[in-house]
Amino acid sequence: MSILVSKSTRVITQGITGNSGLFHSQQCRAYAAECQPGVDVFVGGVTPGKGGTTVDNFPVFNSVAEAREKTGANTSMIFVPPPFCADAILEAADAGMELIVTITEGIPVMDMLRVKRGLEKSKSRLIGPNCPGVITPGVAKIGIMPGYIHKPGTIGIISKSGTLTYEAAWQLGRVGLGQSTAVGIGGDPINGTSYIELLEMFQNDPGTEGILVIGEIGGSAEQQAAEYIKSHVTKPVAGFIAGQTAPPGKRMGHAGAIISGGGGGAAEKMEALRAAGVIVSDSPGGMGDAMKKAMKK
Amino acid sequence: MKIHEYQAKQLFKAAGVAVPQGIVAKSPEEAAAAFTTLGGPIAVVKSQIHAGGRGKGTFKEAPAQRGVVLVKSAEEAAENAKRMLGNTLVTIQTGDEGKQVNTLFVEQGLKIARELYLGIVVDREVGGPVLIMSSEGGMEIEEVAKHSPEKIVAEPFDSVAGLYPYQARKMAYALGFDATAVRSAEKFLPQICRFFVNYDCSMVEINPLILTEDSQLLALDGKVTFDDNALFRHKDIVALRDLNEEDPSEVRAADTGLSYVKLNGNIGCLVNGAGLAMSTMDLIKIHGGEPANFLDVGGGANEEQVTEAFRIILADKNVKAVLVNIFGGIMKCDIIVSALLNAYEKVGFNVPLVVRLEGTNVEIAREMLKASGRDIISATDLTDAAQKVVKSLGA
Repeated sequence: MSILVSKSTRVITQGITGNSGLFHSQQCRAYAAECQPGVDVFVGGVTPGKGGTTVDNFPVFNSVAEAREKTGANTSMIFVPPPFCADAILEAADAGMELIVTITEGIPVMDMLRVKRGLEKSKSRLIGPNCPGVITPGVAKIGIMPGYIHKPGTIGIISKSGTLTYEAAWQLGRVGLGQSTAVGIGGDPINGTSYIELLEMFQNDPGTEGILVIGEIGGSAEQQAAEYIKSHVTKPVAGFIAGQTAPPGKRMGHAGAIISGGGGGAAEKMEALRAAGVIVSDSPGGMGDAMKKAMKK
Repeated sequence: MKIHEYQAKQLFKAAGVAVPQGIVAKSPEEAAAAFTTLGGPIAVVKSQIHAGGRGKGTFKEAPAQRGVVLVKSAEEAAENAKRMLGNTLVTIQTGDEGKQVNTLFVEQGLKIARELYLGIVVDREVGGPVLIMSSEGGMEIEEVAKHSPEKIVAEPFDSVAGLYPYQARKMAYALGFDATAVRSAEKFLPQICRFFVNYDCSMVEINPLILTEDSQLLALDGKVTFDDNALFRHKDIVALRDLNEEDPSEVRAADTGLSYVKLNGNIGCLVNGAGLAMSTMDLIKIHGGEPANFLDVGGGANEEQVTEAFRIILADKNVKAVLVNIFGGIMKCDIIVSALLNAYEKVGFNVPLVVRLEGTNVEIAREMLKASGRDIISATDLTDAAQKVVKSLGA
């Protein structure tokens, strides 16, 4: 069992004719083919104006609605450049995509506010933007993470960061723990799916036995996650917060990773998680061990 | 991206947000002429740098001179301007090195009845912009929030519809405005909120916002930060960028597609991914070292970027050792190592280099490092890497 990505997942890529859109669609297709031989999981793509063509055997459509109708896709992976990305997300929602995974980095905050509002009346779930995507090891990956570092297993990962998630998955592998599903929620100030929604999904997923929460400085999403864990999560939880040494007022790469107005610091986030019973690793080198310790509790 | 106060006020004015009359001056003569044009009897001469705390700041070359001064004649305006222009202003926000003042803003003196605070930010929890005001003008909002939170009023508003007049009145009544001031707020507050949305701001701060003796709201200061991701649709804003205000190495890094922030330690870091880069800084600190920078080379990490990253890191004279931490996912480790080795040659390394690689083709990559014969210390995991780089400082 897993969350978000299962054997019934069928994916189209918005922005498939761009360099990274195509490259990662190929990588995702190869990973899915290894996990589910003979099944087409990545069924095509969308680039307005290039409908009717194909790119490396992926059929290309003019609109998401058309792609959905012709391929039966229920999920969209988005690589559309930032100026046009909000529009692409809303188009995917309008076409009824159940899951929209947005990899694109650099979408303006005002655009994301409009997207959030547009999604209020929709049944679509948005993951990201500015995230590595979602992987259910052994089933499929929708995103840019390297598939082989994620081993099938029972730990759910929720993370704001890309390479730090790879690091975590690799450390989990070293202590013999695989993942049910790993989800990157993205490092932007306004994003689609929150820690809390994913904690709820992992808590209810019979295939998940423990949860690793990876946060970073900025905002207070981790504190809210801690509150939720305290009152709703019975499964063991481990955590790590990046940016303990970040100076206030400086943006650390991610648009959301900034300590401002005396809020959003790593120490208060770690404290909140610990107060909720989470085993928090001080060092990024100790994420795997912290998870193992939490599982033994 | 940030802009100067005078630039913010010019934008405010064009957007219908009330500001005092002011004139830009780049020489003592221009400052004197500005005073005369404004008509006296008093004017304020203000240093234009991005950092705050200008009023209390002093100049390195003229320690008695403040960064913002009240003047009563054209001559006085010119004399002050002479001591300010070209000199270095040190405030609580500039650090000890200070900032050179190249532009002054001469503003009409006003009769102030009340000083207030106004700020607008995007609140992540609310999922939209929020207008914040306080009766404590001139104070840092963080301080007010800590000591007298009851003096702060906040009102979330819709980014598409803007701030409604009733919301403006709500704020005005909460702050105890008289009838004339309430009418002024009904105009001023929705305009500044509209400005925030239209220009894709990430922060607007007016501190102080003043009520004049005839109960009109005016922006006496203006601090605006724009969302860098939205600058593609604001060419007019990009033209206002002042590179003198930015760290040259950070500007250089951004031009190469690197994300770099200079810090005060002595261990340089080169990492792929923002989260991992922050974690690498934490790791160094936990093991007793001090990071010299945050540097994210992104997912690609090609040779050109790695070379430029090394150059930027080594240009910092404090750097006594460098730690490279790459989790090669899609980008294979052997390709990263060949970029590293070529960059190492080009840059001419003169401090210890510790490399921690993990990911696709890591075995081949480690062999390549060993076979290169270069004096590169290889590490197996994060903890090992941190211990080795800290130890290399003592060697």
